[in-house]
Amino acid sequence: MRSDRSQSAPLGLKIAAACGLLFLHLPILLIFVYAFTTEEKSFVWPPPALTTQWFAVTWNRPDVWQALSLSVRVAAISTAIALVLGTLCSAAVSRTQFFGRETISLLVILPIALPGIITGIALRSAFALADIPFSFWTIVLGHATFCVVVVYNNAVARFRRTSGSMIEASMDLGADGFQTFRHVVLPNIATALLAGGMLAFALSFDEVIVTTFTAGQQQTLPIWMLEELIRPRQRPVTNVVAMVVVLVTLLPILLAYYLTRDGDQIAGSSK
Amino acid sequence: MSLDAAITTKVAPAILPGSGGLRGALSDLFWREPKLLLLLMLLPPVLWLGIVYIGSLFALLLQSFFLIDEFSGLINREFTLKTYGDLFQAANLDIILRTATMAALVTFASAIIAFPIAYYAARYARGRWKALFYLGVMLPLWSSYLVKIYAWKLILAKEGILTWLLAKLNLLWLLDAWLSLPVVGGNSLSVSFTGTFIVFVYVWLPFMILPVQAALERVPSNLVEASSDLGASPGQTFRNVLFPLALPGIVAGSIFTFSLTLGDYIIPQIIGTSRLFIGQAVYSQQGTAGNIPLAAAFTVVPIVIMGFYLWGAKRMGAFDAL
Repeated sequence: MRSDRSQSAPLGLKIAAACGLLFLHLPILLIFVYAFTTEEKSFVWPPPALTTQWFAVTWNRPDVWQALSLSVRVAAISTAIALVLGTLCSAAVSRTQFFGRETISLLVILPIALPGIITGIALRSAFALADIPFSFWTIVLGHATFCVVVVYNNAVARFRRTSGSMIEASMDLGADGFQTFRHVVLPNIATALLAGGMLAFALSFDEVIVTTFTAGQQQTLPIWMLEELIRPRQRPVTNVVAMVVVLVTLLPILLAYYLTRDGDQIAGSSK
Repeated sequence: MSLDAAITTKVAPAILPGSGGLRGALSDLFWREPKLLLLLMLLPPVLWLGIVYIGSLFALLLQSFFLIDEFSGLINREFTLKTYGDLFQAANLDIILRTATMAALVTFASAIIAFPIAYYAARYARGRWKALFYLGVMLPLWSSYLVKIYAWKLILAKEGILTWLLAKLNLLWLLDAWLSLPVVGGNSLSVSFTGTFIVFVYVWLPFMILPVQAALERVPSNLVEASSDLGASPGQTFRNVLFPLALPGIVAGSIFTFSLTLGDYIIPQIIGTSRLFIGQAVYSQQGTAGNIPLAAAFTVVPIVIMGFYLWGAKRMGAFDAL
């Protein structure tokens, strides 16, 4: 029985928590203001005036569209691969006890536990050793590898909550393995898979460190942004792209939250 | 009597006939041989991760034992430890030390900022507020990494909002005094270690909040009340009750903040000085210098540091808080 319901937090704690949250959110909100500024050459604050012309300019930029399209395609295919591999792995790990089970969990988590630069350079040097030219598929290969863990975490959490006796009941009632999977297992884990898939998509869509090593001349949207950050050429376009990226990644995260909010947590894993 | 008959006619047979065909045979096979099914389920992910990921890691590790020929620039594929010897040159040791110091400072600052947020969310926030806090941490965690860095570039720029704010508050002298300091200062915040530090803390902070909050959720509130009933001041309660119980969570969070800072090369490249961090050293060694062996040896450093770190964290029971 908790007795602290009527108790309110000390003022100092309230202020510290509020400041912390503001620290987390104000910088992102600032992006929204800069997308409308008329200033082209510098990051001057406050914006001299507001305009929506940069949205039209950005809309007509083929390079932005190409980068966006590449990012979406890479994210979609990586997510699909990660969904298959992550589901298989989580089903195997959560249903049975077998030798090396812990090792498998470690294997799945490793690509995200080690810094991205290690994954990146390892893949790059492996491609070089095996004489594999950089292409769309080398990017996908890297992305799918670290997306598996997100799907895996979500699915494992859901498997832990669903009772194994449901599967036994289904078999007792005469369903074969495929029917059980289709009518009992899948409906139970569907929302977890959807949430995992969304997060995997968001993760791949945003990934830059591994991509710098596995992409040749191709530009995903984050690579495009990175170029602009290192050598700013079209600040207004970058501002607009940054704002769109924030909005685009916001949706899958909110959706994933609503899909998994009762009970299991969204797998908060590192990038 | 007739009722019974009506029921029995409606009841489906207790055991369905087998579905037959290839599908039925497969289903039966998997039922009789669960190990086969397990193997088939594990094979694709293990093959993928084993070949693509572990294979690449080993290839990388292998190359760290090769040496680059200084004159021809070709890689000499013979086993040697000389590349590791190069790591201990003063310049390279500097890079390693700088990165580890930054990682430690970032971890420390994140823990301090994260604690009040996590504590409020765990102990006081209820219902709608709880969801708000959760999303309030999740959204920055998952929003674009580059956009977050870009936002700080806007904030820290000389003509940016921070300078403007300090000017309004008549505190510009404070900023100038800070920037004139030897190591942490620079021409402006966006080209100083202070700037790098702020951005690191900002980007990795959510990774600290989540495990600390998870650890604090498990502290029963009557424990805190009992402590104050027994006469402890809030400070004493924090030191002797809350902090020790939250420590595994803090250590768990620090695994992320520390490891991510060790390996990052984009933040110090965009906001910071020209002095290198480990990630940048790896990147430039493999890219412009073409010295894959040295780059590979450099990547071993964070792996070793994190190995020790994880070993220590495990002993402190941090993995239970993840």
